[in-house]
Amino acid sequence: MNQKIVIIKYNAGNIRSVDFALRRMGINAEITGDPDKIRTAAKVIFPGVGEASGTMEYLRQRGLDIVISQLTQPVLGICLGMQLMCRYSEEGFTDCLNIFDTEVIKFTGGKVPHMGWNALEKLNGKLFYKLNKGTYVYYVHSYFVPENINTTAVSFYGIPFSAAMQRDNFYATQFHPEKSGGYGELILKNFISL
Amino acid sequence: MLAKRIIPCLDVFNGKVVKGINFINLKEIGDPVEHGALYSQQGADELVYLDITATHEKRKLLSDLVRRIAENINIPFTVGGGVNQLSDADALLSAGADKISVNSAVLLNPSLIDQIAKSFGSQFLVVAIDAKNIDGRWVVYRNGGRIATDRELFEWAGEVVLRGAGEILFTSMDHDGVKNGYACKELAMLSDALPIPVIASGGAGAPEHFLEAFKTGKADAALAASVFHYNEIAIPELKEYLHQNNVTVRL
Repeated sequence: MNQKIVIIKYNAGNIRSVDFALRRMGINAEITGDPDKIRTAAKVIFPGVGEASGTMEYLRQRGLDIVISQLTQPVLGICLGMQLMCRYSEEGFTDCLNIFDTEVIKFTGGKVPHMGWNALEKLNGKLFYKLNKGTYVYYVHSYFVPENINTTAVSFYGIPFSAAMQRDNFYATQFHPEKSGGYGELILKNFISL
Repeated sequence: MLAKRIIPCLDVFNGKVVKGINFINLKEIGDPVEHGALYSQQGADELVYLDITATHEKRKLLSDLVRRIAENINIPFTVGGGVNQLSDADALLSAGADKISVNSAVLLNPSLIDQIAKSFGSQFLVVAIDAKNIDGRWVVYRNGGRIATDRELFEWAGEVVLRGAGEILFTSMDHDGVKNGYACKELAMLSDALPIPVIASGGAGAPEHFLEAFKTGKADAALAASVFHYNEIAIPELKEYLHQNNVTVRL
């Protein structure tokens, strides 16, 4: 596949692991914060582990908030990336990108962070082509998106929450496909094949 | 439902996987990346690499190994043994580690927990605690179990949580290497008291021990080394056994 894949570079942790996962699949992505390169990519991945308010501030200062919101090619937000694509996050009381009209709230029951492998239910949409319900994926997060109109997969941690979402060209997973073994790689492959 | 995790631990010495009993008599058993990949294929949920020589070696060696692991392994992994200051944690994160584990360094400088958690998030930080029951008091040890501290297990565990630890990895030195089961009573006390995941370590010798760690010990994850290295327990069969005994595992 010769299409240009861009991984958005910003002040979030462990962006590298997405790049490594793509390389294992024979795909060379570019990690960049350059707005032009992001706009002209065939596919854009917006990963991240970190804190919402600091990362949103970083994106705003560089105009990347507007760049991301206006993308028309397939975009995949992962973990914090997905949360930043929502309207508002309780973490740092942060206004986010508002691609998904929903809030991000903190887990109050159980041990936090929700860390480890959890099963996907109610799978829907192209990201989950060839995947069955009950497939386990890897999560590390303290905040979550409740089930909503854009939810395309659900996991349960005391309550159901959005494991994945989609609206038009915007796709997002709360879990880490890049750390979810062979099935995670299949989800990344499904995204790249869109 | 969140699955209980099975975590093979690989002790690394001079770039090779090794195994010792009660932290001594080290024996070389292979390449860290190859071993990790094999465990991942067998269904390990996570890997822990403990570089037991890190304090005497150059940081770059460990960073290079971590990068090689990150490139090749498609499940999360934790790296321990090389973190004495914030910049060490940063280097391991940059190399691709999902989490780091700290032990002696934070006993000597507890505020390092706060610094790492604040800089990289609690999810990045596992605090490992080695402890030994001495006349009914669980004394915390540092430097790979060689030096007793004045800390007590439960008090120290509570403090590291307040400072920002994301997980606790508790090794009972009395149980480690003996293959007679985990310290389930103490695990349950930790798990009940703490708002973060607890990883059981030290004592696995049979599948029943994992079941006890999850049921009686209420552990969120169980770590073992030699039973996996020497193929005494196969991960797929262990997980099938746990599943049949109503433990939620990723099959």
